Amino acid sequence: MVKEIERKLPVVHMCTIVPISQTVGANRIVPTIAIPHPLGDPTKTPEEEKILRRKLVERALKALQTDITEQTVFTE
Amino acid sequence: MAFKVIHYINQFYANIGGEEKADYKPEIREGIVGPGMALKAAFKGEAEIVATVICGDSYFASNMDEATNTILDMIRKYEPDAFIAGPAFNAGRYGTACGAMCAAVAKEFNIPVVSGMYPENPGVEMYKKFAWIVETPDSAIGMRKAAPAMAKLALKLLKGESIGKPEEEGYIERGIRKNMFYEKLAAERCVDMFIAKLKGEPFETEYKMPVFDRVDPQPAVKDLAHATIALVTSGGICPKGNPDHIEASSASKFGEYDITGVNDLTSETHCTAHGGYDATYADQDADRVLPVDVMRDLEREGVIGKLHTKFYTTVGNGTSVANAKKFGAEIVNRLVRDGVTAVILTST
Repeated sequence: MVKEIERKLPVVHMCTIVPISQTVGANRIVPTIAIPHPLGDPTKTPEEEKILRRKLVERALKALQTDITEQTVFTE
Repeated sequence: MAFKVIHYINQFYANIGGEEKADYKPEIREGIVGPGMALKAAFKGEAEIVATVICGDSYFASNMDEATNTILDMIRKYEPDAFIAGPAFNAGRYGTACGAMCAAVAKEFNIPVVSGMYPENPGVEMYKKFAWIVETPDSAIGMRKAAPAMAKLALKLLKGESIGKPEEEGYIERGIRKNMFYEKLAAERCVDMFIAKLKGEPFETEYKMPVFDRVDPQPAVKDLAHATIALVTSGGICPKGNPDHIEASSASKFGEYDITGVNDLTSETHCTAHGGYDATYADQDADRVLPVDVMRDLEREGVIGKLHTKFYTTVGNGTSVANAKKFGAEIVNRLVRDGVTAVILTST
């Protein structure tokens, strides 16, 4: 899916198993927290969780604003 | 004496549990567990499964290095002659784990490693160079065929017999080139192939060209404050009750849902249709997979111009590459039509 989208629009893939994303061919990749809750952490309070989620989404937006020439994993 | 084999399986095949137990940490048990029985039958006493490693699929995928090292330490004392993982059929995390363990074991102990997977399993593309992966059907219904084929290949490798071409032996091409002697000169063979091609007759190349399926990255988003960002997910998030009946696995469709005026996904409004991960956390709060709440905040604060009024969703669980491709192409056409600037795609 991510590749078909990339043919026409910039896309960032947020996922936990980064090697699969790389193998499939996503170009902008943001690693996430865990498979069943990529953008959350049920061990935290809802407030802390939202802060964490926001941080990851901001990282994804940063990835979208970054020009790249090859597959890039954005870890910060 | 029979060859000593270590077998690797996941929590499901060890009968420990399904997705709710996918975080199960590595464990080793003496002897055979689960599908090892089918391998044992096929070994006919020539090889013996001395121990079985069990590891939860999510645990392995989330802690690859740690899990790999733990398991290598677990199997060391058995001094195995071979390592067999799976078969994983079309289970993505399981296939990845099987492939990663095969690669690690081959490197550490320099022994034959064999797995079994459906060709579309992501573990194939990642690890086919490092392991003998027998081609299997896409689901466990194929166990009766897969286990004997894996056992047969493992025995051949253990005995040091020469391994034939992928199609003869039933494994997935590893990209290994072998020198062969032919009666005919290369130039002659080449012309023969060319003539066959011209006639529309079948011919077999001696050197396949690699297929690179890559898409160039799009240029960066320049003006985020005026951009419309769309959310897409393969994590199965949908309105509660899954109104369009998106399948829990092998999805045949995607959903398009309006989120105008929705500021937060809750257990009252949304859930997941996905059958390939423990749904507890997504059902409690679907923002954990599809971050609508945070995107609304960013929209309100003017960081992004707009969150697109619709989100797109499907279930990426054993879904065929052909379907995923079709969904992606159709989704992006609709997004372009609606003036979307860029996409955040989340996966579980």
